[in-house]
Amino acid sequence: MSDHTRTSPRVAASVAIGSLLTLSLAACGGESQGAQPVGQASDKVITVYSGRSRPLVRPVLDGFEKVSGITVEVRYGDTAAMAAQLQEEGSRTPADVFLAQDAGALGALAGEDLFAALPDEVLDKVPAAYRDEDGQWVGVTGRSRTMVYNVDQVAEDDLPESVFELTEPEWKGKVGIAPTNGSFQAFITAMRAEHGDERTQDFLDGLKANDAQIREGNAPIVADVDRGRLATGLVNHYYVYELAKEKGTSVDALKAKNYFFPDGDIGALVNVSGVGVMEGAGDDPDARDLVDYLLGRQAQTYFAQETYEYPLVAGVSSARGLPQLSSLNTPDIDLNDLDDLQTTVEMIRESGLA
Amino acid sequence: MAVVRRRVRRLMPRPALAVAAVASVAVALIPLTYLGVRVGDAGWARISEELFRARTGELAARSLALAGVVTTACTALGVASAFLVTRTDLPARRLFGVLATLPLAVPSYVAAFAWVSTVEGFEGFWAAALVLTLVSYPYVFLPVAAALTSADPAQEEVARSLGSGPWRTFITVTLRQIRPAVAAGALLVALYVLSDFGAVSVLRADVFTRAVFTSISLGFDRTVALVLATVLVALTVLIVSGEQLTRRCAARYARLGGAGRPPARLRLGRLRWLVVPGLVGMAGLALGVPAASLARWFGEGVSRPGSLTGLATAAGNSLTVSAAGAGLTLLLALPLGLLGARAPGTVAAVLDRLAYLSHALPGLVIGLSLVFFGINVAYPLYQSVWLLALAYAALFLPLAVAAVGSAALQAPPALEEVARSLGRRRSHVLRTVTVPLAAPGIGAGAVLVFLTCMKELPATLLLRPTGMDTLATELWSRTSVSAYAAAAPYAALLVLLAAVPTWWLSARTGVLTQAVQGGGS
Repeated sequence: MSDHTRTSPRVAASVAIGSLLTLSLAACGGESQGAQPVGQASDKVITVYSGRSRPLVRPVLDGFEKVSGITVEVRYGDTAAMAAQLQEEGSRTPADVFLAQDAGALGALAGEDLFAALPDEVLDKVPAAYRDEDGQWVGVTGRSRTMVYNVDQVAEDDLPESVFELTEPEWKGKVGIAPTNGSFQAFITAMRAEHGDERTQDFLDGLKANDAQIREGNAPIVADVDRGRLATGLVNHYYVYELAKEKGTSVDALKAKNYFFPDGDIGALVNVSGVGVMEGAGDDPDARDLVDYLLGRQAQTYFAQETYEYPLVAGVSSARGLPQLSSLNTPDIDLNDLDDLQTTVEMIRESGLA
Repeated sequence: MAVVRRRVRRLMPRPALAVAAVASVAVALIPLTYLGVRVGDAGWARISEELFRARTGELAARSLALAGVVTTACTALGVASAFLVTRTDLPARRLFGVLATLPLAVPSYVAAFAWVSTVEGFEGFWAAALVLTLVSYPYVFLPVAAALTSADPAQEEVARSLGSGPWRTFITVTLRQIRPAVAAGALLVALYVLSDFGAVSVLRADVFTRAVFTSISLGFDRTVALVLATVLVALTVLIVSGEQLTRRCAARYARLGGAGRPPARLRLGRLRWLVVPGLVGMAGLALGVPAASLARWFGEGVSRPGSLTGLATAAGNSLTVSAAGAGLTLLLALPLGLLGARAPGTVAAVLDRLAYLSHALPGLVIGLSLVFFGINVAYPLYQSVWLLALAYAALFLPLAVAAVGSAALQAPPALEEVARSLGRRRSHVLRTVTVPLAAPGIGAGAVLVFLTCMKELPATLLLRPTGMDTLATELWSRTSVSAYAAAAPYAALLVLLAAVPTWWLSARTGVLTQAVQGGGS
């Protein structure tokens, strides 16, 4: 029993329908059809494991189905649980493509060689900072870490210059964090890369000693800041937009506001959601088409306008009210350096925050 | 040869049944095999590093404490409300009987969300204890109410005639009669609390299941999660053996001959002014808070669920997977329950206890273990409804075994013996006598499993067929992007659909049909 069990129906299909299908696909295909290997014929069906939930992703996939004529079967789930599932499934996974909420999950799967390498012409659409150096996965959207604050409780002049100031007495009990959340964890890993383990452990211990308020995720932090139950919190930038959308108002009407730490402070780390093609689907043109579509103008514009994330492909602008990603003074961190999650986990547990 | 066969007979009186029961238990233990394999891979150094840290001890202590507090509270509330509803002249008894059962239809995560969004700063150990008590006291109420309605009133009458007062009679006679029902309900509550993830994660109670999930999302590390899960299994063994001890000193009290008579009812008198508001208050906390909160979600947000068809499809899927789960669970439970009732002994007792071991494992661990099983052993079943049904069976087998066992106990074995003596084969007797007699009880077990499957989330997320969404997964999908208003209809429909079988369960206890028979003395 090997991976061939999975591909054999496809091979059979290719024998049956032969090159006709490949030709017709090449005729109607997208931007980079010419360059792709003809190892496998298109069967017009792919299976996507999505660590991002249906309301965020389905509209994009609907657009893809319409353009490509490929049927997308999707499993929605939690990114971490889904990464664990993919690890258990190994080479026999029914998945062709994995869409993940954060780079950490993609890195964990890349570390077990579960992805097929993507060709350079796909990778080159995205700045080098937002993809895997071995080409196992590529970023689709960017999200910035920010400090959300309640305008009634924190004056603009009192906002800290650096995230490290949050361990000082004036912020005691006033900072909400979500230590079990992937984006917090990536942020801490970046801090270790930039400032070393010792300073990072001091920061974590400092947060604990300063009575940091713990929540399960970013959304509850932003909701509590808006309601005035919390003064500030460390979250991703788009949660205020989600909250405004749910309340049917604009972000300007909220009490909760985003603050981007200035001068390349690590508190303004930019992380990605991204996509990887599973090993067994490396030659599947349909999977490749989906990756191309996600990095195309239509999908990038959707993510920018509807989920308020940063588009990663040149020429697509951010949502109104958001700075362009390139204009942000973000810390100079290579996401490829964020692969040592194990130590980060140990340190977070050490501090008593999780 | 004959000697050997006789020996085997003595050791194992019903070999065919026993073999089937062993097969059922083997299925229920698939997750433990997986745990063994994966934890073994980790190596002893890693295991001991995770096991012997102060935090593991703390978590174990806190999980046990939570299970203890919730079980005690559920036992008190469950027994008290069952007694009030079945044995007193409480006004609107039928209504209160239904109200005491309905919390079973509310998933713990929905209740927890409701409380968090209603009460400021509602979190931690005691918050989780309150919510878990409110959603799980029906596990005690149901069996106890059934036991109270069917218990033989003659024994109480004897005690009363010998001069015991009503309360003394309750404590010395009635409580002893219903002790097996109380213990069975309490065991289910304790194990449920150990395995629950919904309430403890929303309310941030730092217990074992939460640590298991956290270590999967922190660093995508299965090993720590699985090592921690083995501790949960150890805690389960502890609790299950504890319950076994209480069982040993309990005898069985069966009604002998004659049709059932309704027991005499105590007059509450002025006490009713205390009791009625108490019961109303409890129903308000367990049902009113979630209802009000769902209504508020819907009113405050502007997100809307997809189409009505989407809602209907999800509901249909929920019903399908739950029906498959309940069917398979029942099939596996039948030999176990019958063996326990008809051939009690060491073999039956050990098998029965083993069936409980997976019950306290978090759904995520069960899910991952069946991913492993599906990929490596049963690939054709992978991501089919049947593998999900298998997960439900591993999780909820004890619920069905208990129901089958008690139903078979109530069906008099004499009828089977008559059929046997007239030359019928065992299998024929099973089909034509035993199962029809025990059918209502078996049905109750199936219904209980069915509605528990509807509420299950983590294993469903991992194992459902690709593209198939249920009410629970749709609800999860929307709350994770904070579209609470869009989530509300899914939550409401889930609770409403689960309420139908729940109502049927409360009707079964007899509280709805029982005639009132005079006053207390």
